[in-house]
Amino acid sequence: MSIAHRPPHEIALEREHAHELLRQMLVIRHFEEKAAELYAAGKIRGFLHLYIGEEAVAVGAMAALAPEDAIVATYREHGQALARGIPAAAVMAEMYGKANGCSRGRGGSMHMFDATRRFYGGYAIVAGGLPVAVGLALADRMQGRHRVTACFFGEGAVAEGEFHESVNLAALWRLPVLFLCENNLYAMGTALARSESETDIHLKAQNYRVQSEWVDGMDVLAVEAAVARAAASVRRGDGPYFLELRTFRFRAHSMADPELYRTREEVAEWKKRDPIPTFAARLAADGMLTGAELQALEAEAWREVDWAVDEAERGEWEPVEDLERDVYTPR
Amino acid sequence: MAKTTYREAVRAALREAMRADPRVFLMGEDVGRYGGAFAVSLGLLDEFGPERIRDTPLSESGFLGAGIGAALGGMRPIVEIMTVNFSLLSLDQLVNNAATLRHMSGGQFSVPLVVRMASGGGRSLAAQHSHSFEGWYAHVPGIKVVTPATVADAKGLLLAALTEPDPVVILEHATLYPLEGDDTPDEPMQIGLAAVRRPGQHVTLVTYGGSLPKTLAAADALAKEGIEAEVIDLRTLRPLDIDTVLASVAKTHRAVVVDEMWKTGSFAAEVMAQIMERAFDELDAPVARVCSREVPMPYAKHLEEAALPQAGQIVTAAKGLL
Ligand SMILES: Cc1ncc(C[n+]2csc(CCOP(=O)(O)OP(=O)(O)O)c2C)c(N)n1
Repeated sequence: MSIAHRPPHEIALEREHAHELLRQMLVIRHFEEKAAELYAAGKIRGFLHLYIGEEAVAVGAMAALAPEDAIVATYREHGQALARGIPAAAVMAEMYGKANGCSRGRGGSMHMFDATRRFYGGYAIVAGGLPVAVGLALADRMQGRHRVTACFFGEGAVAEGEFHESVNLAALWRLPVLFLCENNLYAMGTALARSESETDIHLKAQNYRVQSEWVDGMDVLAVEAAVARAAASVRRGDGPYFLELRTFRFRAHSMADPELYRTREEVAEWKKRDPIPTFAARLAADGMLTGAELQALEAEAWREVDWAVDEAERGEWEPVEDLERDVYTPR
Repeated sequence: MAKTTYREAVRAALREAMRADPRVFLMGEDVGRYGGAFAVSLGLLDEFGPERIRDTPLSESGFLGAGIGAALGGMRPIVEIMTVNFSLLSLDQLVNNAATLRHMSGGQFSVPLVVRMASGGGRSLAAQHSHSFEGWYAHVPGIKVVTPATVADAKGLLLAALTEPDPVVILEHATLYPLEGDDTPDEPMQIGLAAVRRPGQHVTLVTYGGSLPKTLAAADALAKEGIEAEVIDLRTLRPLDIDTVLASVAKTHRAVVVDEMWKTGSFAAEVMAQIMERAFDELDAPVARVCSREVPMPYAKHLEEAALPQAGQIVTAAKGLL
């Protein structure tokens, strides 16, 4: 479902592009709603971290990145995987644990991989993906390639040593890493202010002399524009760039979370800024979206989700005989 | 013929690999300007420059993880961690990422990363620089673990590690760096093969890494008493070449396993278990082991010697089986 990479100067909003952004956010939203349902039905197991509320971040960012760029993500990466263009069926089948999943069912919800799309995985150790992203960028630098490694992580990760080690390394060596911090204000049940002495996250990057700014992560166009600008800077060889994308997760941390740590009012307040209806309303106001078009996009999104579920249902289980396959690389 | 030290053999492997393959580079703390904490990379900065002999900040997890990423990105990184004790700070990247990525991605990504580190006691460095954790690494599927004990292996197994498509951890016992030898190989050896370092028919002594010289000394002492010990150097802990051990036990019917880990949960325990599982009927005596005493490594020389396995204990253990 990825859209063609558009150089930043072309970002003047066109109807078709706007519809595509909206469609992608709708696919993610409905995919996640369906996933919650399938979790309750026992089809999806383990941990399931939904992206509902944060869609504008993945969709805006991926729209501004190029196919040759690399993506490193977290366990909350369904949105990134879908927006990067991994077929919804492969993502859903992965959550089912089926062999037609994008990681053959070995990774599940938290560990999506796709070599052809340079999607280097969901990492479930908080901050564990950052050093890997630094290394991917180092490889590009050493081999003279001008591409970006985009690394997503939550604001919870900035408390980890690996965050500081990675930002410092990337800055010290001027590596082409784009750090994308999804600040959704809660790390599980820990509010940002209860875990960080400096809650202005992007300032931390400035201490490492990394260019940084914060962006409204509920506004897909703001995200796209900021990522395009930042990626262009990284691609030019101006060293790493850090964006703090301010967003909110509307659902619990995972399916096991009773949400004791925040109020309904707080969630309701943020839902007023839901990235999907606000974007749709803005397009409608600008005469770029009719009611019929919105309905069509909704229907298309649901069709994609239904197809994904059908494919996941139809998929095969990896034979147990293959359990030990790929612990090592066959030679 | 000029003698080569173990240290020089590692350096020669690094140099040859870097000359042969532009993707190979070394990174770690003080590998460049300083010349390496154990002087292994001394002089390489001059030949290869700071991009390929890359000094890192003190951030074991960060740069080991960067090694993983660089390997994913088509490079052939060699990450040097000063000592195994410090490698505990990078366990996350090695165990959670390097070891899992191939399997967890359904076979899409391999991590051809080599991680070298010094390990072991015997240098009066006390309890934060002297331990042996190779068995912890050998516990982990997805990585290979190599423990070169000779000058030839120091070079040949490092060259071999650089031909592997998956992560390889090389533990260089720090007391071996000054060891001298005659021949070093020009070609990579093969990972996963044990070697009989001394033939014998009365008892099998199984060891690896820094305990090999002590075990060979014990075998010499036993020979003076008419006991011919067969000494097996495991060389690789994962994958373990148990067949070479079993072939020896089938001949001697007795085995002592020697390593420098703490006795409880030592790698020796794994070797003993496999002998028991696979050659119980061959045994004329219970398998014995000589390991470190269960204390953080003390500084005082006499205490450190008492904590580490010594040749005399190996002799006693072997005689106890006869
Ligand atoms: C090293 C580590 N510690 C703890 C956890 C358990 N854990 C999983 S997610 C999470 C919160 C992370 O919050 P954040 O980085 O803000 O990302 P979000 O879940 O909000 O997307 C925690 C503590 C973990 N996975 N890894």
